[in-house]
Amino acid sequence: MAFREYTIGARMFGLAFGTSMFITLYMPATDIRNVSVTEIGLHRQLGFGRVGGFSYEDPFLKGEAKPQTVDITTDPKTGASIEATRAYVYQAGVPFPNGIRHPIILGEKPEEKSKNVGKISQADDTQGAVFIVREIDEGGETIPFIENATATRGWTPADVMKVATDENTYHIGKGKIMFVREGCWWCHTLLPEQTQDWQYFGAPPMLGDFNGESPTAFGSDRKAPDLTHVGSRNSSREWMMMHFFNPRLVQPHSIMPRYDYLWGENDASGTPINYDQWRTEYNQYVANERVYPPEVPIPAAESEARALIDFVLNLK
Amino acid sequence: MFKYLFAKNEDIPPGSAAIFFGFSSILWFIVGTGLGSFNAAKLAFPDFVTGIEMLSFGHMRQVHVLAVILGWISMAFAMAMMYITPALGNTKLWSEKLGVWNCFIWNLGLGLGLTLLWFGMSSGREYSDMIWPIDLAIIFGILTPLCLNVAMTIKTRRTQGIYTTNWFFGAATFMVIIVFTVGNSPEFFQLTGLTEAYLTWWFAHNVLGLWITPVAAAISYYIVPKVTGNPLYSHRIGHLHFWSVVVFYSTPAAHHLMSSPLPEWLKSFASVEGVLILVPAIAFVSNLLLTMTGKWKMFVENVEIKFTITGVLMAIPLNMQGGFQQTRAINWYIHGTGWIVAHAHLALLGFSTFLEAAAVYYGLQTLLRRKLYSLALANFHFWMLLVGFTTYWISMTIAGLIQGAGKIYEVPYIDVVIAEHPYMIARWVGGTMVFLGNCVWLFNMWKTMRQGTVIPAGRLPHELAYER
Repeated sequence: MAFREYTIGARMFGLAFGTSMFITLYMPATDIRNVSVTEIGLHRQLGFGRVGGFSYEDPFLKGEAKPQTVDITTDPKTGASIEATRAYVYQAGVPFPNGIRHPIILGEKPEEKSKNVGKISQADDTQGAVFIVREIDEGGETIPFIENATATRGWTPADVMKVATDENTYHIGKGKIMFVREGCWWCHTLLPEQTQDWQYFGAPPMLGDFNGESPTAFGSDRKAPDLTHVGSRNSSREWMMMHFFNPRLVQPHSIMPRYDYLWGENDASGTPINYDQWRTEYNQYVANERVYPPEVPIPAAESEARALIDFVLNLK
Repeated sequence: MFKYLFAKNEDIPPGSAAIFFGFSSILWFIVGTGLGSFNAAKLAFPDFVTGIEMLSFGHMRQVHVLAVILGWISMAFAMAMMYITPALGNTKLWSEKLGVWNCFIWNLGLGLGLTLLWFGMSSGREYSDMIWPIDLAIIFGILTPLCLNVAMTIKTRRTQGIYTTNWFFGAATFMVIIVFTVGNSPEFFQLTGLTEAYLTWWFAHNVLGLWITPVAAAISYYIVPKVTGNPLYSHRIGHLHFWSVVVFYSTPAAHHLMSSPLPEWLKSFASVEGVLILVPAIAFVSNLLLTMTGKWKMFVENVEIKFTITGVLMAIPLNMQGGFQQTRAINWYIHGTGWIVAHAHLALLGFSTFLEAAAVYYGLQTLLRRKLYSLALANFHFWMLLVGFTTYWISMTIAGLIQGAGKIYEVPYIDVVIAEHPYMIARWVGGTMVFLGNCVWLFNMWKTMRQGTVIPAGRLPHELAYER
């Protein structure tokens, strides 16, 4: 490095590259961190839990240590009737999402309300907690925030799960893991494109809709419909079930893979699923040797298929 | 290879690391394109191999992408660096032993990382899919030793100046470490939301812009003057290329997310900078094509020049697409469609693969001191790659335009899928041709090592006539 021009060159390189990094990393980061979370953003992160991909708690992406989402109409503490509320149940040991662990990411006002009104600082993940999303009007502005219902209302995870029914329990957090692990996002985007796409697939996401969510899994290579609002377009659990088991049952031209292996060994009634027989009968149906295709087994509550269906139906 | 891992540095023959990297890269290329062909078959025929989790499209797509990027392309880069950097410095590689270890750990780490990815252990972030422990292993076990070896070889050179190729090698090996570290920081530090989305595409853009594109270009800056015997047309234009890569190519990351709710100033800035990618692109292409002056016969007769110049020519449509397709005026139509898939393959399978193949062809002959076994097989490889890629590119571009039209006319999506079906078959045929061509290439290089005519001392490979 004896030459003077290489000394100058190295410094110029540092300057050029440093400026580029300042503009593309520092400036956007400071801008994005001022974004306040929306109500949708709170629902998303509470439903998904801490991470939707690889993590300590769930290294093999089995959907372990994830929250449950339940819709309740009864106060689990008093037994009184309440208006329909969506509660996010974090059993003891399930890690909290980033909005609880680092409330600064919620943005100034939701952070203040979540701490002071929602008492999220009192939540303890070794004990478990139940969270709900609330809104408060202040100075003509609606501020969404997280309420730690365990602290404010005395709802424990066990109480909430007692009043919840199986139909009203959604394994959204586990389902997001399935969505990532099975690579659904290689073909289905979670981000409507600009222009006419919005009419077809619905409103685009807003600035604060993602605070606390990771990965966002927007997808880039669309070979199939956008799923941002799929739960609003099609809310049929039966259709989803058939479609995941073998997409050609409901859409003969679909190129989606079959996800029958997510059903596991037994169906909802505990009966072992005979895949060989199912495929043989299906092939007969395709060859016009049967009038009807074989019945699709109903997935067990703890199966991966059930979680994925819960996740997709809740993309609204 | 294994016997050199624990040998003394002086006892390892110079060039060993580069040879190991060369053959490893060809093997990974076969693996990567084989997976690509298998995946493409599934898109054309969805019930081809079904019901097995490990062989489902969603488990294999990312393995194909990363096997090609980190196995084929990056290992071919390491191969090129390990023989070109010392050659241009009139010296030996700083540490041959470090190079051999680098190759060993690279193969091991990549094999492990891809296996875990195949099992579904993913971060869920495109291009940075590897889980963060593997990311750390890549940064500290693979990229840092490579950067150290290249930088120290440049430092201990026995020439006065530093040639263009080595500016790019030195800068790119440094920048790729920064890109991997910052790009994976959402996984290290639990960054979420739009920051995570932005950094995912910041990584994806910069690994292309600051690693693959400049290193591929640097290879042609070496091969073309070396084989034709013409001096580089202009070092000034080389300067323009280098500095405009650093300034312009490192900034447009946000143009990958034009329809996301990122700050508008960021998207506009990225879009303008994205058009400025044409500056390094035009500088590069014109410099190399003008270097060919008077030697265009070699484009037909010489394998390395044939591959290199084909790659350079592919940079023209590549950058014309890349510069303009990300502007708001065009992006809304083609974003997220097969057009982008075609563009990505134009960058990696068209432009860059042809340059790397030239480096591996030329490097293995130089280092093994053996003339290429068969020109006919090399030409067969070339045409399988070119025709296979072109079939792929044209079919995916048409599929993308169909998707774009379907998008604006609000056609039910299933009709788009039906309309795309013939192009999905064409894509599978094209990808399979590339895979088969690569198998022939491995055979050819293996025969070169075993049976190629020995190149006499003081002679270069291209000075000997082809025999078959």
